[in-house]
Amino acid sequence: MDPSLEKVQEVWERETAIVEGVDISGPWNRMFGQRVIWDYTPELIEEIARLPGGESFAWCYQCGKCVPVCPVDVVGDYGPRKLYRRAQTGINLLDSPDLWLCTTCANCLRVCPKQVDMIQIMPAAREHAMLSGRVIPSELQEALENTAKYGNPLGQPARKREAWVKDAGVPVPILHQIQRPVEWLWWVECYPSYHPRGIDASIALARIFHALGLDFAILGREEKCAGDSQRLAGERGLFEMLAEENIRTLSKYEFQHIVVTDPHALNAFRKHYPKLGGQYDVWHYTTLLARELSRLQPLLVRPLPYRVTFHDPCYLGRHNGEYDAPRQLIQAIPGIEFVEMLRCRENSYCCGGGGGGMWLDSFAAGHQRRRLSEERVLEAVSTGADTLVVCCPYEVSRFEDAVKSTGNEGRLRVRDIAELLAEAMGMIGEATA
Amino acid sequence: MTIAVILEQVPDVVEELAIAPSGNELDRDTVTYVLNEYDDHALEEALLLAEASGDEVIAVGIDTTGELDQALYTALAKGAKRAIKLVGDFEETWLSNRATAEILAPILRNLAPRLVLTGVQAPDDLDGQLAPTLAALLGWPHASVVIGTEFSDGRLRARKELWGGMTLLLELEPPAILGIQAARQAPRYVPVSRVRQVMREATIEEIEVELPTQPSVAVERLRLPEEASQAELLTGSAAEIAERMIELLRARGLL
Amino acid sequence: MAQRIAVLVEHLDGEPTDVTYELLGVARRMADEDGAMVDAVLLGSEVRQLSERLPADRVTILDHPSLRYLAPEAAARALAALLADAPPKLTLVPNTSLGMDIAAWVAARLGWPLVSYCRALESRDGQWIATAQLFGGKILADVALGDEPAIIGALAGAFSQDAASPGPPGTIEQVPAPAELEQLRSRVIALERPEAADVDITRAEKIVAVGRGIESKDNLELAEQLAQALGAVLAASRPLVDAGWLPRSRQVGKSGLKVKPKLYVALGISGAPEHLEGMKDAELIIAINKDPKAPIFTVADYGAVADLFEVAEALLERLEG
Repeated sequence: MDPSLEKVQEVWERETAIVEGVDISGPWNRMFGQRVIWDYTPELIEEIARLPGGESFAWCYQCGKCVPVCPVDVVGDYGPRKLYRRAQTGINLLDSPDLWLCTTCANCLRVCPKQVDMIQIMPAAREHAMLSGRVIPSELQEALENTAKYGNPLGQPARKREAWVKDAGVPVPILHQIQRPVEWLWWVECYPSYHPRGIDASIALARIFHALGLDFAILGREEKCAGDSQRLAGERGLFEMLAEENIRTLSKYEFQHIVVTDPHALNAFRKHYPKLGGQYDVWHYTTLLARELSRLQPLLVRPLPYRVTFHDPCYLGRHNGEYDAPRQLIQAIPGIEFVEMLRCRENSYCCGGGGGGMWLDSFAAGHQRRRLSEERVLEAVSTGADTLVVCCPYEVSRFEDAVKSTGNEGRLRVRDIAELLAEAMGMIGEATA
Repeated sequence: MTIAVILEQVPDVVEELAIAPSGNELDRDTVTYVLNEYDDHALEEALLLAEASGDEVIAVGIDTTGELDQALYTALAKGAKRAIKLVGDFEETWLSNRATAEILAPILRNLAPRLVLTGVQAPDDLDGQLAPTLAALLGWPHASVVIGTEFSDGRLRARKELWGGMTLLLELEPPAILGIQAARQAPRYVPVSRVRQVMREATIEEIEVELPTQPSVAVERLRLPEEASQAELLTGSAAEIAERMIELLRARGLL
Repeated sequence: MAQRIAVLVEHLDGEPTDVTYELLGVARRMADEDGAMVDAVLLGSEVRQLSERLPADRVTILDHPSLRYLAPEAAARALAALLADAPPKLTLVPNTSLGMDIAAWVAARLGWPLVSYCRALESRDGQWIATAQLFGGKILADVALGDEPAIIGALAGAFSQDAASPGPPGTIEQVPAPAELEQLRSRVIALERPEAADVDITRAEKIVAVGRGIESKDNLELAEQLAQALGAVLAASRPLVDAGWLPRSRQVGKSGLKVKPKLYVALGISGAPEHLEGMKDAELIIAINKDPKAPIFTVADYGAVADLFEVAEALLERLEG
């Protein structure tokens, strides 16, 4: 027998095993390691598994639990098991469009008995693809180049990052102007600073913070993209460069906590900035507002007669464990009728924006029956809700586009939690649907 | 054999550009610099040619902004073999294409590449474009608005865009100079980590040069365009706008 | 000898291009003010018959096979030699693909000042002021032209109101070709024409043009439907053609086609100078763009700062419903 095959045939079995009173001795607890099918070699699997971060790719044993929970498979043909199988049969992930379809939503990781970790495998494989000279989708390339040049993927000048503040209607202190310590540094991020619907949510949140008397300030033009999605798209170098600059900027100012609008920024600060020298006490704004609910509740004066459903953002929920705060806030609003979607909480269905997906829309459209955001909007509509509530800046524009493209205009409005709260506080009018 | 690419940092037109109080130059505080996008295409075309021919690509630029390094390191990271920065006493001076060509000509004669590529134009071109200006000073054949190149039997073929989809296929005897409109494919992406690696490992060669005394075109004043005729704006909802448009078209017999 | 204002004649297939007549017209305006004469410089191969249609005081012909397509090296060397012999006060060269290769070369060779991307030539206190547009049209530069000979790279379409009509010249002279034209190091292998296009947008009465605002190739369908409903032809700005979403035969702009339809609806087109050059003379221009500062609004007759998809759908509803 080919000696290279010996090392990959592994079978584990305990002769005697009684677990919780149940006898699962012998073949009942047999576990197989990686098995080689004749005529195929594990080279393509090993190429990925050799990359730092890619090791768990080799652990897949094809149980298939990941596929039904993979949001991309619902509208296409995807899932870690399939990627492994394709590599096994000779298709190189690095040259396949599959490399760019994963949104790193982590639903697969949640259910995988072998902990095959796409959140580490994908960025490693993507980085390797870029470094080995493979062409990347042009929309993504533009977003990465914009981020490097302007500090945001939208290609907007840095100076304009704080321009939204003049329409806020309340004072929004900017650290480079006020030059004093604050309790809360509000990390606004790119879409909430530049995108019209993101700015709507920022203005709403500014008014809420002001009404609560929060001592806060923003960085404004000195803020650069936290870069977490770019990192997951394969640009570790860009992420590190941005982190170094952000950490340097943050070290100029005195603050006690950081509050973020963007769960992706939350993820970066919590999980990746510490090893680069940036250790901060970071809160998502929903967690902060839920903590302040007793002071917020009396300000929610205007009942909103909406039937509302909530989309758990992947990077707030699955990745960072916050499911309750948004629900507490929504349900504190008088008049709201709250319904859950079937795929909620830990099983939330990804909007498609994560992992670089925000900048791979036209690419992904060529490999999917419909957009993930459209799939999710249809689910929201099926609950009978008239309002889809979100709290991640990627989502508002994705879902509003999907509402139009699925023909649901006028049936479903999309609102950030901040907008909903501000509306209930009588501080913003009803935005157009 | 080598291919030289001339790179230039230019004011980014994404920004709002303001005019300095003197009235005849840009307000430097409002200016951020980026690589001229056509020079990026020139670099890409050079790399593609070199990949096929085995030539070495040399990136050359005059540092008038203090920010040229990034573009040169990126060129090295993309595959250029050498990067040369021309430095001198021109902190924040605007160099005309004539002055730029005067500085570059002796450098290029020394380097003796068989081909020089640069972008067809730059946003601050006041006195013509760099490629034909260089060609005149060096006495080498040239072509601009080039959208494709290839070496063929030691000669260079270049496709020059005219208009309406028509092109002129030219053959030039090296050494020659081309102004590139668009590379055969979009400029490649190079990961930031590779550029940072290059910044740690590679060196940019520096050559001291003198500011030429060539009289340039003297700008009397810069101004913002008068928004002379602005369109009559149709307002309201999409439905209202559509109604108005249809009215307008009917009134003119266009519907 | 009287002062001369020279114009380099741009031509192809025995026809002068539109910009040539624009420049002859503006040269006429300037010459009348200065008491100078207009000299149309005709470089080409067997082009004598063309000179009959050039309304100038004089046509100066330099005929040589290498000049048939006004190829860069040949045309630049020929013009420089001709101008060096008898420098005109001003030489107007079109700021087109052909002209760009010539003007800067000649200016550098002769050491004369050059103002390119010129969109206006006005007289002030006996001096001519050339206005160049820089930074994609965002900034204008006024340059005073002194007494020494200078070259102007004039933008096509900038002087359309000055345009002259074809007509015979005062005199025609021919000058010998310089020896250097026998020692050229470049040549034209072929003039390549695009394949016969499905549609000739230059003949369309109504055009719906789309730009980057259309966002994705999928959305072209909506634009096509709208075009059909209006009885118009679909066209595009350069980026969409470069991306392969539409064939080059549909490209409007400096390097594409110039159109003068009765109706031009611009959807999601910002209005870069190169695009405006191709359509600003349309009779009725309506522009829809989300950006109130989009330069397209400076040439449009009517505009709306709105979402082009919403407006397009609203239009379709009313036109088809």
